[in-house]
Amino acid sequence: MATNLADLAKKEITLTGGHRLCAGCGASIVVRQILAASDAPVVAGVSTGCLEVATTIFPYSAWANPLIHNAFENVAATISGAETAFQALKQQGKIDKEMKFIAFGGDGGTYDIGLQSLSGAMERGHDMVYVCYDNGAYMNTGIQRSSATPLGAETTTSPAGTKVPGKPRHRKDLTGIIAAHNVAYAAQASPSHWRDMVVKAQKALTIKGPAFLNVIAPCPRGWRARPEETIDLARLAVDTAYWPLYEVDDGVWKITYTPRERKPVSEWLKRQGRFRHLFKEENEHILDELQKDVDRNWERLQKMQSLSE
Amino acid sequence: MSENRLRLMQGNEAVAEGALAAGCRFFAGYPITPSSEIAEHLANRLPEVGGRFIQMEDEIASMAAVVGSSLTGVKSMTATSGPGFSLKQENLGFACLTETPVVIVNVQRMGPSTGMPTSPSQGDVMQSRWGTHGDHPIVVLSPASVDEAYRAAARSFYISEKLRVPVVLLLDEVIGHMREGVQVLTPDEFSRAERKKPTVSPEDYQPYSDDGSGIPPLANFGEGYRYHVTGLFHDETGFPNLDPEVADELMRRLMDKLDRYRDVYQWTEHTGTEDARVLVFAHGSPSRAARSAVRQAREEGMRVGQFRTVSLWPFPEDELRRLSDTVEVVVVPEMNLGQIRLEIERIMGGKASVVGIHRTDGELFKPSEIYEKIREVY
Repeated sequence: MATNLADLAKKEITLTGGHRLCAGCGASIVVRQILAASDAPVVAGVSTGCLEVATTIFPYSAWANPLIHNAFENVAATISGAETAFQALKQQGKIDKEMKFIAFGGDGGTYDIGLQSLSGAMERGHDMVYVCYDNGAYMNTGIQRSSATPLGAETTTSPAGTKVPGKPRHRKDLTGIIAAHNVAYAAQASPSHWRDMVVKAQKALTIKGPAFLNVIAPCPRGWRARPEETIDLARLAVDTAYWPLYEVDDGVWKITYTPRERKPVSEWLKRQGRFRHLFKEENEHILDELQKDVDRNWERLQKMQSLSE
Repeated sequence: MSENRLRLMQGNEAVAEGALAAGCRFFAGYPITPSSEIAEHLANRLPEVGGRFIQMEDEIASMAAVVGSSLTGVKSMTATSGPGFSLKQENLGFACLTETPVVIVNVQRMGPSTGMPTSPSQGDVMQSRWGTHGDHPIVVLSPASVDEAYRAAARSFYISEKLRVPVVLLLDEVIGHMREGVQVLTPDEFSRAERKKPTVSPEDYQPYSDDGSGIPPLANFGEGYRYHVTGLFHDETGFPNLDPEVADELMRRLMDKLDRYRDVYQWTEHTGTEDARVLVFAHGSPSRAARSAVRQAREEGMRVGQFRTVSLWPFPEDELRRLSDTVEVVVVPEMNLGQIRLEIERIMGGKASVVGIHRTDGELFKPSEIYEKIREVY
């Protein structure tokens, strides 16, 4: 399997160019890197969201593989059905090909409305990969908060005003929730660390059983950042440990990348307009709380790793 | 000099403002086009007036949350569009059976399924009446302008609180997204209804006992009145009771409420119906194109009238039936394939012919289409 750039560049990736995602959108970069990791044909499902809307506008499709889009919360359940039928046909000797089943959802469709469907699929043990491209809000419907939105971020339903300084709660730890399903493989990845992500995607695709990848996908519109900063912002999320890269491989926790020097989370925050109000004096405590949360999670992750050793 | 109270608003914003003016202080929602602006506007406005906005994890949860908040004593609303309206149906039925006052806004888009998220439709007309399972009472309002959306939102709370019945405010994408002038009202200019409260001691309170009005008094959670709320059929104590007589009595009371208090929700508008040979029946945005077509036809000397209804369900059946002796043809423009047309055929009972004009392409009616149809049948 290819993990060097020269070989990956030669692969035919089934999310093709010509889609209508925004300039600098992290989602398409994430999806293409993951599709590049598959050596077998892919059946993909997409939940409602930017990826679905902007890659499938009739009469054009940017997808060169079979694709199903069901309503918002259903992608994991729909792919569960397809994968089960495929296994049945295989067992009956009616099909002898290899095929990979991948479900793609944004954070709204995964952390929130699709969580039940995802949990069911992971628990039943389908041989599938669920990929969440996490841009931290409902970007498709106009930047409303989700349960992946960071504390303090401004969205259209967590506006920073005189009464409330942006989103009042931390995001939930979805990767941890899925790891608690004791799935075959769960990992966090970032498009800035492409080799790490491709290796994780290959593991997820080859391991028998349910696998989950949570990938940060910067959104210039929602993060109020410049389109050319997408990969830089993804890298800073990793280097500040806001988005640590790790995997849980058959119950073994492993940090797959340790920043040489962990940067303060404010370095990442200050480059995004959605956090601008946090740099006012009266909101300093929110910055402190965000840093504390990052520190806490990083320490916990290290403990999980050492417990696995 | 009276203050100028004309404001330019988007339809969705007008719904939010109308709700606030009527005393709505709780909103639970979930983003969905073309209704998201209602949530966004209330996320800004509710904290300013001491209310609460919460964004839920999906539409099932949003609907459950407004039931919970309403029973705790706060006027509550949620808003959505087709796919989300489908998800709300379970808890909408729960609100019907438990007689919980709630307002549900559905800004219709083309369906079924994900459909056409940014195109208008009236495809949810029957779903708004019969979307949840079982016989159930429900009131549905369908405004045709931004100003009317503002007043209908406020009126929805009046109806819901007064009758202890869920009210669906049915917009379409065009009404939700266009901008028009709204005559802002002060609180004393609204008909306000506070829900009927128990006058007995907590020990004697029966949450579903009928005092003859058909509308039992409702205590708030936490006021000292302990009572039981369930989606099972229940007797006057609120506890489950599946006795056939109890079930029959409950269902008939729920449905009778709407027959008895028609004046609380009925809201219709007649233009030239007194001498009309041809009647155009419309609601929502198609009624705007119809108004122009009817005006043109009348100017040309045709005896054409328009019957427009804002209160869509229960259907203004008697009012329409009275016209069946004089009207020869009813033209029904609808952004669906005939959900209201069939209803009108039933009501006319063969006395007038009923002709539909149907759009299911996500486009608006042009006045000329309706005018041509009037000429054709006249």
